[in-house]
Amino acid sequence: MSAAEQSYPDDLKYHREHDWARIDGDEAVLGITWYAQDSLGELVHFEPPEQGQQVQRDASYGEVESVKAVSDVISPLSGEVLEVNRKVVDEPETVNGDPYGEGWLIRIRLSEASEADDLLDAGAYRAFLAEQ
Amino acid sequence: MQTLLQTPLHDRHVALGARMVPFAGWEMPVQYAGVIPEHRAVRGDAGVFDVSHMGEIEVEGPRAKELLQSLLSNDLDKLEPGKAQYTLLTNERGGIIDDLIVYELEPTRFLMVVNASNREPAFSWVKEREIRGSEVSDRSNDYALLAVQGPKSLERLGLEQGTPFTWEMGELDGVEVMVNRTGYTGELGCELMTMPEDAGELWDRVLERGVVPCGLGARDTLRLEVCYPLHGNDIGPETDAISAGLGWTCALGKEFTGASVLREIKERGPERKLVAFVMEEKAIPRQGMPIVDPPGEVTSGSHSPMLDVGIGMGYVPADRAASGTDLIIDVRGRERRGRIVPKPIYKREESA
Repeated sequence: MSAAEQSYPDDLKYHREHDWARIDGDEAVLGITWYAQDSLGELVHFEPPEQGQQVQRDASYGEVESVKAVSDVISPLSGEVLEVNRKVVDEPETVNGDPYGEGWLIRIRLSEASEADDLLDAGAYRAFLAEQ
Repeated sequence: MQTLLQTPLHDRHVALGARMVPFAGWEMPVQYAGVIPEHRAVRGDAGVFDVSHMGEIEVEGPRAKELLQSLLSNDLDKLEPGKAQYTLLTNERGGIIDDLIVYELEPTRFLMVVNASNREPAFSWVKEREIRGSEVSDRSNDYALLAVQGPKSLERLGLEQGTPFTWEMGELDGVEVMVNRTGYTGELGCELMTMPEDAGELWDRVLERGVVPCGLGARDTLRLEVCYPLHGNDIGPETDAISAGLGWTCALGKEFTGASVLREIKERGPERKLVAFVMEEKAIPRQGMPIVDPPGEVTSGSHSPMLDVGIGMGYVPADRAASGTDLIIDVRGRERRGRIVPKPIYKREESA
């Protein structure tokens, strides 16, 4: 799968640990940013959480691995895991090809909707990356 | 702060967009396009690795061979000018100071190519044991080394098939090179040794012939698939050749450092053995992970780009080391199943 072009869509919220959230009412879809997948290289493993598990903001809910590296995936928001993207479990490289689309990782039901206010918008995340 | 050393090809790596990382005191390319495509290039066609960071130690003199015969595990009587040999530099405990390839340049002149991380310890060990009539010198700065590997590597370089573990002087597109029929990938190929000032041109000519630049990331996954041990991971000063499955490199009929210990271990049988395994569940084993059952430790682990599963090597008790034995590996707190398999883990016949 060919790698995606660098991008940080405006409709997403971002966490400094290079994770994104697409919030829709009391649910959110989570994934890792273009920067995160580019730093890791081609993903070869996603260790997902269990459906029904609680995830906490700023805490790890899974791991992604490339050939050379392992990285915790940090949740930008708290909630309950409604769904794991099985396509990424079976074909982790999906994340490299489409980190904000087919390469999403989990869908959660938010337990603290106000947490979203603490996340970065795309402009602030880009500015944060520029400082790295 | 430690300054990282750079090979003569450093600027070319950067220009190609390589990701540069510190490795054994050197700034080296870990990948260009990506570990997986580079790995596949070597299995399917041809790739080139800059391994100029490796050390070269020369031993010269009428008693050069006598010195090396007493320090290296393999039998140098099997060599002649034009031949090379995989061998071990051993300590008194039979432990492995380094694994290396020794080239007979002339009957009185030998060149050892050692791991970058062991250049100092290997050189010091041999230098301290120098005898009258042998002179040991560190020639690492006098050579650049490119490994060109893959089923089409020789064809792309316009080289004849050649016999493994031989060398000859040659020329590639006008650059004078020593062509060594050696490698670390399990594929057909050669290693081209040249003067540092010619390395850039040699690299350019090799790339022009359609060979894919490959980094240390792919070098590691390639060697692991074919179960070549990596010094510092799978073997070291505290591990012996017999347990590591490298008894074939030890001429136990001759005397060399640690030979009596190795004969003893061979006689009574090693307590543990270095085995290869594949994961039966989704998980990637990594160096240092405990093997819970049978008790042991992972010494190398990664994802196999060819088999698309986690693979590794590790030590387990010798009486539980048979192929087919089930393993349980502690992957960051999760127990995952694996199975011991015959070496090598990947064989070319399995490729599509």
